[in-house]
Amino acid sequence: MSKRVVITGVGAVTPLGIGAEALIDRWSAGESGLEQGAGRCAEFEPTDFLSRKEARRSDRFAQLAIAAAGEALDQAGWGEEHPYDPGRVGCVIGTGIGGLGSLEEQEGVLRERGAKAVSPLSVPLMMGNAAAAALAMRHGVHGQTYGVVSACAAGAHAIGSAMRMIEAGDADAAITGGAESALTGLAIAAFAAMGATSPSGICRPFDARRDGFVMGEGAGVLVLEEAAAAERRGAEALGEVLGYGATSDAHHLTAPEPSGTEAARAIGLALGDAGLEPDEVDYINAHGTSTPLNDRTETEALKLALGEDARRVPISSTKSAIGHLLGAAGAVEAIATLGALRRGAAPPTLGWEERDEGLDLDYVPGGARELPVRRNGNGASQRVAISNSFGFGGHNAVLCLGA
Amino acid sequence: MPTQVTTNRVEQTIFDGLAEVGAEREQLSREATFEALDVDSLDLVEIAQIVEDEFGVELEGDDVKDLKTVGEVIDLVVARSS
Repeated sequence: MSKRVVITGVGAVTPLGIGAEALIDRWSAGESGLEQGAGRCAEFEPTDFLSRKEARRSDRFAQLAIAAAGEALDQAGWGEEHPYDPGRVGCVIGTGIGGLGSLEEQEGVLRERGAKAVSPLSVPLMMGNAAAAALAMRHGVHGQTYGVVSACAAGAHAIGSAMRMIEAGDADAAITGGAESALTGLAIAAFAAMGATSPSGICRPFDARRDGFVMGEGAGVLVLEEAAAAERRGAEALGEVLGYGATSDAHHLTAPEPSGTEAARAIGLALGDAGLEPDEVDYINAHGTSTPLNDRTETEALKLALGEDARRVPISSTKSAIGHLLGAAGAVEAIATLGALRRGAAPPTLGWEERDEGLDLDYVPGGARELPVRRNGNGASQRVAISNSFGFGGHNAVLCLGA
Repeated sequence: MPTQVTTNRVEQTIFDGLAEVGAEREQLSREATFEALDVDSLDLVEIAQIVEDEFGVELEGDDVKDLKTVGEVIDLVVARSS
C-alpha cells in the first residue's frame, strides 16, 4: 500500500497579516489585504523572527519563509529536537524569482561604486534556493533540500515534490512551501511592460472587467509527514495531500494554451493520484489571477477536467484578497484551501460582480459559502478540494487536498 | 584621500564594522575571536571592504584567513598602512 502524506502544521505571512489564521479568517470575512494596487506584508518586521545578523543575511523572500516555517513547525509540535532523523527530513521551497530586491540593490552598488564594493552576501541573498537553505540551516534539516523555480506554479510544485519525496520513502517528513518578495521597481515595471498586471490596480478574478493581476508578497510553509509516522508520534493531522498532478503547455512563453487541455490534464492527474472522481470534489481554489487569459483558460480547463461537476463545485480565488504571490501563491493557497475545508466554508472571490461571456461557473461571489458535509468510509467527515497553480512558461501544478 | 591611520581609528572602524555585520557590540574587544563573535569569512570580506573605503588598505582573503582575533586584523591594517 502506498504511503499517505498528512499535513501537521501550516504557517503563512500574507498581505492579510502574520499567520495562517489571519489569512483564512480575514479572507473568509471578505477582507482584502490589497492597498494601492499591491499586496504588501505591511505588518511583517523581520527582526521579530530573526536576529539582526540573520536578517541581513536573508533577502526578504527568505525572511518571510523563515517566519512562516516557524509557525508551521510550532503547530506541528516540532521542538528543538526533531521527531524524525534529521537525515530523513526534506525541505523544498518554491519561488518565482528569488532575492530580486537584493539583486537590484547590488546592481545599483556595482554601477555607482564599482565591482569592489559589491557585497559578498549578494549571491546567497539572491539565489533562488536561499529560502530552502535558510530553513534547512535554522531547523537542522539534513535530507534533500532545494528550491523549486517554476514562476507562479512554484509553491504547488514544491509541495508536490515534497509529497513525492515522502511517498517514495526518501523522507519521513518535509518542510515545504513557497516564498516571494518581488514588489521591486524592476519587477513592477517588467510585469506592467508585458501587460500582465492590472492598470486599474483592482483584482477581480473571473469578473468581466478584470484587467490583470495585482502583485503581492508573502510566504506559506507546510509540514508534511508520512501518515503512519505522524500517527505513531501522536501528531494531529490537519489534513492530507491526497494527490498531485503536473503538466506543461509547451505553447507560449507566457500565455496559457487557450483550450486548457494541459491544465485540465494536471487536474485529472491530481484527482487520479488521489483515487477520486470529479463528483467527490467539494471546493476548488482557483489560480484565478484576474488576468483576461488565465481566468478564461482556467474556466475551460475546469470544465474539461470535471465535466458537469464543474458547474456544481464552488470556485474561489485567494488572489482576490491578497493579490498574486507568484512563487508563494501555490503554497499560501494550499494553506487557504486547507483552512476552507477545515471550516467547511468556501471563502468568496472578492470583487466578482459582472459575469463574462463563457465564464459561467460558480465563483462564490459575495460571501463565504458553507460546504456540504461528507462522510468517508469510517464515518468521519472529509471534504476534498483542488488547488490550481499555473505559471508563466506553461507550467501547471495541481494539488488535491482533503480535510 | 584616505583618513590618517591611527590604531585607535582602525580599532573604532573595525568595531563599528563588526557591529554592522551583526556581532554583539558588548562582546567586542581586541582579544575576541571571530569564532566567538560568530563572524565568518563572508563577514570578513565586508570588513575588508569597509577598511579599504576608510583607509585605502587592501586586504585579500589570504591575508585574513588565518587571523583568529579582532586585534590581529587591527594590527595588520595599521602595519599595512604605514
